[in-house]
Amino acid sequence: MNKKFIDKENIIKFVLALFALSSLLFLFVIFVFILSEGLPLFYKAGVTNIVFGMKWAPTKASFGIFPMIISSFMVTFGALVVGAPLALACATYLSEYAGRKMKIFLKPSLELLAGIPSVVYGFLGVVYIVPIIREHLGGAGFSILSTSLVLGIMILPTITSISFDALMSVPAAYREGSLAMGATKWQTIYRVVLPAARSGILASFILGMGRAVGETMAVIMVAGNALKIPTSLLDPLRTLTSNIALELAYATGDHRRALFSTGVVLLVIIMSLNLVANFWVKARVSK
Amino acid sequence: MGIRAISRRAACVLVVALLSCGVPSQDAPSGGNSTVTIAGSTSVMPFSEKLAEHFKIEQPRITVDVQAGGSSAGIQACINKTVDIGMSSRDLKGDELVLRAITICHDGIALIVHPRNPLKDISLEKIRDIYSGRIKNWKELGWKDRNIDCVTREEGSGTRGAFEELVMGKTEIHDSIMVQDSNGSVREVVATDPYAIGYISLGVVDSRVRALSVGGVAATRKNIQAKKYGIVRPFLYLTSGEPSASARLFIDFVLSKEGQRILKKEGLIPVNE
Repeated sequence: MNKKFIDKENIIKFVLALFALSSLLFLFVIFVFILSEGLPLFYKAGVTNIVFGMKWAPTKASFGIFPMIISSFMVTFGALVVGAPLALACATYLSEYAGRKMKIFLKPSLELLAGIPSVVYGFLGVVYIVPIIREHLGGAGFSILSTSLVLGIMILPTITSISFDALMSVPAAYREGSLAMGATKWQTIYRVVLPAARSGILASFILGMGRAVGETMAVIMVAGNALKIPTSLLDPLRTLTSNIALELAYATGDHRRALFSTGVVLLVIIMSLNLVANFWVKARVSK
Repeated sequence: MGIRAISRRAACVLVVALLSCGVPSQDAPSGGNSTVTIAGSTSVMPFSEKLAEHFKIEQPRITVDVQAGGSSAGIQACINKTVDIGMSSRDLKGDELVLRAITICHDGIALIVHPRNPLKDISLEKIRDIYSGRIKNWKELGWKDRNIDCVTREEGSGTRGAFEELVMGKTEIHDSIMVQDSNGSVREVVATDPYAIGYISLGVVDSRVRALSVGGVAATRKNIQAKKYGIVRPFLYLTSGEPSASARLFIDFVLSKEGQRILKKEGLIPVNE
């Protein structure tokens, strides 16, 4: 009887392990698929011609995606400039000042913000942000500025929740010690709590960047998708993700492979960001 | 012929079709069910689907399977005989000329601006200058001192392909020009931005945007039929040699009065009128 019970436990454990590993399998399959479709063109056209090429005309055998790589980083940085201060302020308020009631109200609304589909953000961007920029600042409105604003709002929840966790994991003794030394509450936060949570906060920024780099739908709708490297805040631009989504419908042959090559570059960027973020988190844990 | 007469006829066809279920139809060439595969241009695809729906009522035993893929893919598939009919929204060239091309209708490409824009007419040359980045300001076209917000379609699109061929020629579309991925999104940008200019299929021009006349010729169905308006592309059905009997029936249906009426209702220019 007892033995049978243990068997059942083992079976459940085995089945769950199998399911857990399936996510790894999906990751592996995606990797193999993207690499097998994207790598042949790197071989054929040359890595430098693709990664550092300035001209994208895939139906005329020019596969340069350098402007898109730069543009992707530009909007990601822009999103961080818009989103990070807000998110950090929000996380600090939540962990240091907010009472129980405020927390009950704020946390779920942040989660709600994270749950809104990106196409809705894009739509709001096209309907409100783009016309406002066009009328008051000039240009077509489809620009780095509008894209950064939309993405900045989109990455708020990611950055807030992770830096909130980082702030909460700072031991209460640090705060008590600082207050006992006669520091005010703000001095305590500014001089003790934030520096102690520094690596976690940096990790949250980097994960937020990963989210911004990968965002597609909202970006297509507000970025204008021009191929040139933007030279002003009001210039349109095209990111790596929007390049794939824009052109996949009609692409055949080398054009299609070029889009997969764009995917390979994107994969490398996002993987490096995640690696760096994990490194920061680890550094924090081991400290 | 009134709508009632048409619907009565359709009803008759439907009844006959229902009755003939089970017994081999006289019209179906091999006596049994058959499938016609069509693939190619995404510009032609929605219209082929519409035609296939209507065709299904007349010939319930023949299934028309419509797939996208782009003009070039459709042509290639047709050469390789993997499809019965290929769809193309551009003329054949070079090696592709081995295929038999049947023009099912024409589609005009209209240059559109916001209704508030005072510009009424533009020359082909000026269009080329705008899209190649030489003209950047509306002042040069006799309006305000304001940048032109120019919109094009994405690389690989059939509409862009036709625009490049018919308007741009050897000149390249400049990198700084905005890109949208459908007729609808280009129209949306132009409808909301008074300083924008774009090009879309004539069939999807609506009252929120205004089509410019090009070189003094208005972009209308009449002018296209009279061959006055030049930015026109053919929608082609391609077959490799003699089409199969079922494919032949479908092509005949598309070229029939009924088929052409459907295309005209969708905003395209029928071939035999």
